[in-house]
Amino acid sequence: MIVKSLDPRINRAALDDERTDGVQTPMDQFETYEVFQQIKRGTHHTHVGTVHAPNEELALIFAKEQFCRRGTSVNIWIVRTDNIYTTPYEDADMFETSTYKDYREPDAYKVMDRIQAFKERTKA
Amino acid sequence: MYGNAYIEGGSDGVNTLVAGEDPVKLAEFEARIAAGDKIEPKDWMPKEYKKQLVRMIEQHAHSEVIGALPEGTWITRAPGFRRKLALMAKVQDEIGHAQLLYSAAETLGKSREDMINDLINGKSKYSNVFNYPAVTWADSAVIAWLIDAGAIVNQLANSKGSYGPYVRALERICAEESFHLKYGHDNVVFLATGTPKQREMVQDALNRWWEPIMHFFGPSDKASQHTEILMRWKVKMASNDDMRQTYLDMYVPKIWDLGLTLPDPNLKKNEETGKWEYTEPNWDVFKQVISGNGPCNKERLAVRRMAEEKGRWVRNAILRKEASYVTPLS
Amino acid sequence: MELTERHVEGLKELLYKMADDQLIIGHRNSEWTGLGPILEEDIAFSSMAQDKIGQSHALFELLNGLGENEPDIVAFTRNSNQFHNCQLVELPIGEYDFSLVRHFYFDHAEALRFEALMDSSFEPLSMIARKYKGEIKYHTLHADSWLKILAKGTEESFTRIQNNINEFFPHALGIFEQGDYEKELIEADIFIGEEALRTRWYEKISALLTSFGYSVPALDSATPIYGGRKGVHTPSLQPLLDEMTEVFSIDPTAEW
Repeated sequence: MIVKSLDPRINRAALDDERTDGVQTPMDQFETYEVFQQIKRGTHHTHVGTVHAPNEELALIFAKEQFCRRGTSVNIWIVRTDNIYTTPYEDADMFETSTYKDYREPDAYKVMDRIQAFKERTKA
Repeated sequence: MYGNAYIEGGSDGVNTLVAGEDPVKLAEFEARIAAGDKIEPKDWMPKEYKKQLVRMIEQHAHSEVIGALPEGTWITRAPGFRRKLALMAKVQDEIGHAQLLYSAAETLGKSREDMINDLINGKSKYSNVFNYPAVTWADSAVIAWLIDAGAIVNQLANSKGSYGPYVRALERICAEESFHLKYGHDNVVFLATGTPKQREMVQDALNRWWEPIMHFFGPSDKASQHTEILMRWKVKMASNDDMRQTYLDMYVPKIWDLGLTLPDPNLKKNEETGKWEYTEPNWDVFKQVISGNGPCNKERLAVRRMAEEKGRWVRNAILRKEASYVTPLS
Repeated sequence: MELTERHVEGLKELLYKMADDQLIIGHRNSEWTGLGPILEEDIAFSSMAQDKIGQSHALFELLNGLGENEPDIVAFTRNSNQFHNCQLVELPIGEYDFSLVRHFYFDHAEALRFEALMDSSFEPLSMIARKYKGEIKYHTLHADSWLKILAKGTEESFTRIQNNINEFFPHALGIFEQGDYEKELIEADIFIGEEALRTRWYEKISALLTSFGYSVPALDSATPIYGGRKGVHTPSLQPLLDEMTEVFSIDPTAEW
């Protein structure tokens, strides 16, 4: 039966809702690109998601509207997902910083007491 | 926008759900979730976790794609520039959300094309609420406000779930949904405070949508080990009844504020228990609609099939055979 | 120079046809929202439809400043014979190939029109032209990228696009139908006039289509389809307007 829709766009298309031949030969999927957005000059590009696109040109065009249609942006990058190398999560222990590495942290350097004591001492 | 996922199973014991899983890895996995940490795509995960997540995120994505249709009904008829632009942007957002969610589901290994095929073939479901028609312009306003509001309750809960890609997608989606909610509310307020005719339109729409809204979060969860384990794994984040209560608490007063009525004489908040009391909606109707017999099920799928078919030559033309599909990174 | 009444009439004629073009093509293109060929493309195409309607609104506001009724009333209460859009924009969306070719033809004309208007002596219009420069840049980039990739796609995609290029070239030329005030607009440096615009447009699209691998219809072999600018339309426009104004006309005095 032809669909009688409340949506005039659908009525114009004159669809048959009794069709059962919906099974389509699965198509391949386009390539995948990771999208990085820079919201302002001087800030980092930030990963915001992915798009599927047939090439870089359309990937940028798609990414612009999917990820930058609100707020501000000055630049986007797209990178083929394939070209991204990552560390495995199971190696996340490599990133653990134990307390003995506190010599890297600014908080580890506290000399005010020492200066104070020195002042007391030399005043005397 | 989205209702709650239809989680299948329910009578299986925990033992069958995690049968064959490495107990050490399972314990690590559960400890990570219990600690509030997220699971990322290539992490070890129980088969049942992956299966339920794919099902849930896919249903959510389908709900966005199909959810674009009831409101899309009015896209060519929105009255005035402001509404015309806003409705276009809103329906566009639903498609944007679908894009984000399909990508999240893809990280679990199912391609977008496969998911969309399963939608068209009727193999996978979408939120029941989109099988109802948007009869007048006011229906589109009620959908934008009150269905999206339901979706937000659900999505905010899910955004605290355990799967990283889904959580990230939901963060973005929730931010955009706040525009939908504001737009929908604005639209309903204009009708409710407008001419008698406008008011009548919005009251009628509300009467039509009340049962689908009550159905939105699904029937009370059966107490089962299955539900229990999915909640422990932070796949399911709140019980259907709890979400319904949260929703009623947030929105019924706002509806009444506008002098609009809801077609349930028993609807009231019990001040002692703090819980809303209501007439149980007809769950047989709900089951009928899920199994394909709602007022618009056939049309929704026929329309989606048409969109896929009309676009097929375009997709075919730009496919590059040498370029192979890669699962999104995150 | 001092603007006479005829200059103002000419300006209004220009603004009306631009605003109507933008409204109608935006409306038509919004019909794809939710039904597009690829999710990402659906989003992009919808954004551009929104841009068109937004630009149309800005132009109606300019007209409002020149004493015309407010935008909603003007856009949502006229009949087809009062619309000044070219016939190209009112045609049904058809298949995606047609919608893309229309988008390519129309948006290059629009981009060049706005580029010319950046130098308009009518300051509010040159401001609008500057304001929407970036939006329109994206629109032509989008159209070009699609025509380019479809030329190298399948035989089917090439043929579909080429057929639409050929078939709707006379409609596209209808964009440049001259108005009654060309001379006034040119002498007052408000606008370069339709003839000059058509020359720029034909140069532009010829170069692009050739570089993509399509053949370009010859100017002298085509009879432009005019009428739109004078309120003469295809049978598609009135039903479009009836649909667009269905809710608004329930009560045009109500706030929606």
